[in-house]
Amino acid sequence: MAEDGGVGDSIDRTPASSADVCVVGSGPAGALVAHRLAAQGADVVVLEAGPRFDFAGRREQQEEHIRPGMGDPWEMGGPRDDYTTAGRHYPLNAARVKGVGGSTLHWQGMVMRLHERDFEMETRHGVGADWPIDYDDLRPYYAEAERALGVAGAMDNPYAPPREEPFPLSAFPPSYSDSLFAEACERLGIDMHSVPNARNSEPYDGRAPCQGYGTCRPVCPSGAKYTAESHVTKAESAGARVIDHAPVQRLEHDDTGEVVERAVYATPDGTEHHQRARRFVLACGGVENARLLLLSESEQYPGGLANSSDAVGRFFMDHLFAGAGARLDEPTRQNHVGFITSECHQFYDDENPIEGTKLEFLNYAGPSPVIEALHAETWGDELLTQLRDSYGTHIAMGGLVEQLPDAENRITLDPNRRDDHGNPVPHVEWSLSDRTKRAIRRANDVQHAILEELGASIEWTVGPEATGPAYHQMGTTRMGGDPDESVVDADCRTHDLSNLWVVGSSVFPTGGAMNPTLTIAALSLRAAESLSASL
Amino acid sequence: MAALAAAGATVGGGVLFGRMVPPRSDGGGAASDGRDPSAAPSLSSDLLDLLDATAEVLYPDGVEGRRDFVETYVLGRVSDRSDYRDGLREAAAQLDAVARDWEGSPYAELDADARDRILRNLGVETADPDPEGPISDRIRFYLVDDLLFAFYSSPAGGRLVGIENPIGHPGGIESYQRGTMPDAPGNTNGGESDG
Repeated sequence: MAEDGGVGDSIDRTPASSADVCVVGSGPAGALVAHRLAAQGADVVVLEAGPRFDFAGRREQQEEHIRPGMGDPWEMGGPRDDYTTAGRHYPLNAARVKGVGGSTLHWQGMVMRLHERDFEMETRHGVGADWPIDYDDLRPYYAEAERALGVAGAMDNPYAPPREEPFPLSAFPPSYSDSLFAEACERLGIDMHSVPNARNSEPYDGRAPCQGYGTCRPVCPSGAKYTAESHVTKAESAGARVIDHAPVQRLEHDDTGEVVERAVYATPDGTEHHQRARRFVLACGGVENARLLLLSESEQYPGGLANSSDAVGRFFMDHLFAGAGARLDEPTRQNHVGFITSECHQFYDDENPIEGTKLEFLNYAGPSPVIEALHAETWGDELLTQLRDSYGTHIAMGGLVEQLPDAENRITLDPNRRDDHGNPVPHVEWSLSDRTKRAIRRANDVQHAILEELGASIEWTVGPEATGPAYHQMGTTRMGGDPDESVVDADCRTHDLSNLWVVGSSVFPTGGAMNPTLTIAALSLRAAESLSASL
Repeated sequence: MAALAAAGATVGGGVLFGRMVPPRSDGGGAASDGRDPSAAPSLSSDLLDLLDATAEVLYPDGVEGRRDFVETYVLGRVSDRSDYRDGLREAAAQLDAVARDWEGSPYAELDADARDRILRNLGVETADPDPEGPISDRIRFYLVDDLLFAFYSSPAGGRLVGIENPIGHPGGIESYQRGTMPDAPGNTNGGESDG
C-alpha cells in the first residue's frame, strides 16, 4: 500500500493518530473552521475529496474555460461525481467543485448579508421556517467574515441590513454599463447601489488586486478573487493537516450511537483509511453533506446518521435566475470584467411577492468576441465582420429569486447507480412551485420596465420556463430548535450526535435571495466558537 | 509517411469533407520536417513559418507584426506545456503533409488562397476542436483555435472588434469604466498590448 494512496506524488495520505477535529471538505465552511480551530491550538485534519489545484496553473485553466474541447478546468464529472435527477434537471456538476477550496474555486464572489426578515419568514409571513438565530446573532460574524474574505463594498445600499463598520476594502466603482442604466432607473424610481465583492479592489491578505481578466467565474488567474485556498493555507500554517484525494465514504459511530468515532475515507488506490477524532465537522456542500449522512446509516440510524427528524436531504433549495437582455443603439462596453458593480435590492423585502428578489446590472451581456470566434464557422475578414456585428451593443439584467423550502425537493441516494467507490450516487429531486414562478415573472417585469425605459430592444428573457439554479445548494440539513423538525441546532451541531457539526448552506432553513457564501462563512465562524468551547 | 498516406488516400477523388481517419504515430507518423515527434524536438522556425502562414489566413487582412505576435503569444504561451506543444507540432506536421500531397508544396510556401482552401476542404471550419480526434478536429484544436484564441483574447484582436481588454487578457479593471476605446479600430499592430 503506497502512502500516497496511489496518487503518485509521494505525499502521505495515511490517517493521523486521533485528532481533536476532523473536518470533511475544504471549501469556505471547512477551511474557516479548520483555520480558526488550528489557530487556537487544536489538532485538525481536513479530508478533501478532490485534488489540490496548483495556483500556477490558473492561466492554463482559464484557457481551458475559454477554448472549446479542453475539458472542465476544475475536472468535475465522471464516475466520482455521478448523480441522477428527477423533476426539473439540476446540473449538479456545473454547480460545485471538488478540490482544495471547494466551490469558491469557480464562484463569482458575491457576498451579501441576508436581510433581517430572512431569519423570520414563518413568523413574519407564514411561509418557510424561522431560523433559530436572528440577524443580530449573526451580525458580528458577518463583520468577521467580511474581514476574512476581504470584501470590497460601500455603505451606499439603503436596503441593506444594519451595519456599523465600513467594508474592509473600497467598493469597485460602477461600470460604464451601469451608467447607461442609471438615468432610466432614476426616472422609474429604482435605486442602484454598489455590490459587495469578495475580490480585491486593492492588495489584501497577501493577494493581488483585480486586474480584470474577465473570467472570474470560473477562473481568476490573478488571485484577486477570494477562494477558500486562502484559509486552507492559513490552517496548514497553523498546523492543520489537509489530505486531498480523500473522499469520505461514511462516518461510523460508537456503540451507544451518541458520538462519531471515525471518518472512513478512500484513496485513489481503493484503500480505505480510518481517521479518528474527538469532533467531526461536515463541510462538503449542500448535496454531499446530506449524502454522507445518508451513506452513514447504521442499525441505530437506519434512515441515515443524524436523521431522526427525517429532514436530512429534504428542503433542498436554490436561487432561481431571472434575466432579460436587449440591444441599444450605442456601445455598451461589456465583458471587460467578469463581475457585477451595481445591483438593486429595493424589492427584496416586498410582500408581493414574499419571495426575496435581488436585481443585477450585468457587465457581461452578450457574446465575448474570443468565445464567439472559437465557435465560429469561418475566419479572416468574414469572422471579423461577424464579431463586429455581434459585439458592442448588448445590455442585460440578471437577478436571483428566492425558493421557499419544500420537503419534496430533496437529495436521496440512488440505489441503481454507484460512484467510483461503489456508493449510491446522489439523486436530486427538484421542482419549482407556482409561487416561485410568479416571483420570477415579477422580477422579469421590473427588468423589462428598466430595459424599455432605456429604449433598448429586448431580445431575450429568462423567465419561469427557462430559469435555472444559481448553483447555491441549500436546506438539506436545516437548523432549528426542535430535534423533530431539524438536523442541527443553532450552533450547527447535530441534535442526534454530540460531537458532529454540519456547516455550509445545507443548514439554511430558508435561503433568501442573496448569494449564500458570506452567510456560510459567518455561520462557520460561529460554529467554530461552539466547537472550540466543546474542546 | 502515415500522414501523407492517410491524407492521400482520403482525397484521392479530389473532394474531401468531414472527418479523416487520423494517422497513428505508431505507424511511423514522423513530423513533416523529418524529425521523430517522439523525440519531442524543440520548437523550430519551421513551425513558426507554418503557424504564421496559418495566421495570415485566420486573422483579418492588414494585421501588422503578425509573425512576432504568433511567436510570442502562440509559441511563447505553450513553451512550458510539452504535451500540448507536441500536439501542436503534430497537427502542424499533418497540415503540412496534406499541403504537400494536395498541392505539392509545404503549407507555408503556398499562397494564402491555397492555404485557406486546404483548411476549408479539410472541413476545419465546422470541425469540433478535439485534440484526440481526426485530423480536421486536431487542426481545428491546435492550429485554428489556438491562433484565434491568442488573437481575440489579446488587445490585438479585441481592438478590431471594439474591446481593448477582451476576456482572457488582464486589463479590464482599467477599462470597464470607460465609455469609449482609446485609439479607434485601425490600429492593427499585432504585437500591441494594453495592460
